Amino acid sequence: MKPRTVNKIATSLIVFFALLIVAILVGLLGYILFRGLSHISWDFLFSAPQKIRAGGGIGPQLFNSLFLLVLTLIITVPLGLGAGIYMAEYARPGKITGFIRLIVEVLSSFPSIVVGLFGLLLIVNYFNLGFSLISGALALTVFNLPLMVRITEQAFRSVPKQQKEAGFALGLSKWKIVTSVLFPVALPTIITGTILSAGRVFGEAAALMFTAGMSSPRLDFTNWNPLSPNSPLNPFRPAETLAVHIWKVNSEGIAPDAAQIAAGASAVLVIMVLIFNLAARYFGRFIYRKLTASKRMN
Amino acid sequence: MKLKNSRIEKHHIEDFVGRTYMSFCVLLLITIIVSMVYFVASKGISTFTSGDVSVTDFLFGTKWSPEADTPSFGAFPFITGSFLVTLLAALIASPLSLCAALFMTEIVPGWGKKLLQPVIELLAGIPSVVYGFIGLSVIVPFLRNNLPGQGIGVAAGALVLSVMILPTITSVAADALASLPQNLKESSYALGATRWQTISRVIIPTTFPAIMTGIVLGMARAFGEALAVQMVIGNAPFVPKSLFESASTLTSVITLGMGNTTMGSAHNNALWSMALVLMLMTFVFVFFVRLLERRNKI
Amino acid sequence: MGTSATAVRESFQTEDLSIFYGTYEAVKGISLPFAENTVTALIGPSGCGKSTFLRSLNRMNDEISGSTTKGSIWIDGVDINASGTDVIKLRQKIGMVWQKPNPFYKSIYDNIAFGPKYHGVKGKKALDEIVESSLRKAALWDEVKDRLKDSALALSGGQQQRLCIARALSVNPQILLLDEPASALDPVSTGKVEELIKELKEELRIVIVTHNMQQAARISDYTAYFYLGSLVEYDKTDKVFTNPENQMTQEYIMGRFG
Repeated sequence: MKPRTVNKIATSLIVFFALLIVAILVGLLGYILFRGLSHISWDFLFSAPQKIRAGGGIGPQLFNSLFLLVLTLIITVPLGLGAGIYMAEYARPGKITGFIRLIVEVLSSFPSIVVGLFGLLLIVNYFNLGFSLISGALALTVFNLPLMVRITEQAFRSVPKQQKEAGFALGLSKWKIVTSVLFPVALPTIITGTILSAGRVFGEAAALMFTAGMSSPRLDFTNWNPLSPNSPLNPFRPAETLAVHIWKVNSEGIAPDAAQIAAGASAVLVIMVLIFNLAARYFGRFIYRKLTASKRMN
Repeated sequence: MKLKNSRIEKHHIEDFVGRTYMSFCVLLLITIIVSMVYFVASKGISTFTSGDVSVTDFLFGTKWSPEADTPSFGAFPFITGSFLVTLLAALIASPLSLCAALFMTEIVPGWGKKLLQPVIELLAGIPSVVYGFIGLSVIVPFLRNNLPGQGIGVAAGALVLSVMILPTITSVAADALASLPQNLKESSYALGATRWQTISRVIIPTTFPAIMTGIVLGMARAFGEALAVQMVIGNAPFVPKSLFESASTLTSVITLGMGNTTMGSAHNNALWSMALVLMLMTFVFVFFVRLLERRNKI
Repeated sequence: MGTSATAVRESFQTEDLSIFYGTYEAVKGISLPFAENTVTALIGPSGCGKSTFLRSLNRMNDEISGSTTKGSIWIDGVDINASGTDVIKLRQKIGMVWQKPNPFYKSIYDNIAFGPKYHGVKGKKALDEIVESSLRKAALWDEVKDRLKDSALALSGGQQQRLCIARALSVNPQILLLDEPASALDPVSTGKVEELIKELKEELRIVIVTHNMQQAARISDYTAYFYLGSLVEYDKTDKVFTNPENQMTQEYIMGRFG
């Protein structure tokens, strides 16, 4: 065959497979939304699930997922920032830095089920926190921390180094430079990354089955006392999340409308992930403009 | 001018606070990983130290009947299952991902990237339970209707996983292709080579280690993925004789068994040994990634 | 050669200053005085160590791992290169401006007010005054006084560079180090920056690295010619440019003129 013919065939194949991937995504999203949207209603979003009868909702699960996400971010973000800043600005190249880098890499490659087991062993049993929101949040912290460290490190590394020099030449302390000069510049990237990682946390199930648990007590949404056992805010109560609920309904659901519930819940989960993706883009740009007080990007 | 470093100045306090905060974060990170490795490893080897099972019986035994009167804990079917779905998924996903990466960087660098970048990000963002749900409600029925077997099984697991690892491989490969020096390609075109000749003889050989890195990272994700696979693979504790037969992976057995066994029982310990295998495989994957990255630098 | 380690020390001078990157000696035992109210130009081909030398004067080289500085830098009888120097306080006294303008990603006002605020200036009125006087000194006030809240990044390259000079002046330095401050600017902006340098030397000492011989001749009082990390010639600028002692200096200057 002539090289030109081969070239044409190869190019067509590449284009075909690339477009196939686009088609897969469109098909996935289309299918989920098509199957799920018809089942989504206010009642579905806010009412409690039913075990045997049809018509159960996902209210507590949705709340648990969001609450757990907030708890996780409250713990992860400061820790990730600290370690990430260290890696980007303070760590001198050498054995110790190399070791920490390896740790971050290994930790981020751990299967989430292993993270969940670790949580079960250490947090749930050893620290005796039981199946609870706080156990789940700590497990998700282990799961999310390496990503947060990497996001922070990259964000700080992408700040022009002349910014740091300018700070030094003004007689600022290094920490002041980091917090007041570099951080504002890095923040848009950090926020974008954090929101994207939030999407990942929101959809995580394997790390939560054995930490946050697979059940949710009957919640009283008028009781906002965090110490009361049926209060939604109580961090020591078990909390099945939306993603875990989808898994449970699919594997052992016996309600007659289990398939529809799974479809509806999946659609909600995917819509949330879409929102996180769009928000990441939007907020990154918005904050950048705000903090640099610039009317145009450059 | 007083320039001696004797008095405690504001900037000393700032730098001290900053360093303390960062050290805390880094030490916590190290503590997490060290305790994780320690706990999973010590729990995982208890199967062997308690004398219930020997390492060879565990790794190569084909009979898994943990609750029988004379229980046997052969994990070989699950180890095989894990490797089988991982390799198949990589086999399906790698060419597709490479095409996507070439499409983004070589065929239509402008809008190709604009189109595929968000597609890849969204595919990466879809939670694994949603992939499991789709697998269960689309892929499994499709396989059942068109091919031998019940639909559930190794093929379904591999297909679901291949979509899940597409984004990992694609983004690593696309980064590698994009960072290729322009003159390398130009000199090939200047010699009269077609695009496909340039791609196959210059671009792919040069970026091969990086592409392999992406594939290994994808395989690490596939190997550790729990719920999506568990939902579609059928969970039969046998070495599958065909791709359309029900099987199990390490992760699926852990997922199903961990909640139904008591801590410290032989059955439970065997599950921890599987978690240990998962962890060791993570180390192996990270090792290969490092090896490839080193080759990539040269 | 000019004055090497003399008995009477200038209030600002280096003595036998060497800078190493690992084992590579980038600057070799240089002794240079910087007299009050003068501009000293450091010239020489690329890689001759003049920028490295400049960066060592406010110990910015400390921030590069693997770099070590030997010898002394005397300021008012204190060797600031000795260990135990409070580098942070030192840098407050020595301002620096680079080739590429590097304003903070903040408003014009905050770029100037940031340093003084950190060093303890309180009250809006005091800060307003510093901002105005610094911007006036940098000949930028009239151009930006109506949009102080705008981002500094929205300014033109020349304006950004003058903003960086104003920022350096905001903390009242005694010495100003300029690393090719005009090489990235258009001719009009360059002219403005040169004017500025001539005015500023009334208040402080200026050390400037430049590749532009005409510029060195126009604005400096003393010139030091560096080659391969060594100081080849140092004298009054007139002398160096009209009647250099060293053949190499002459060739470099002529080459550049031609």
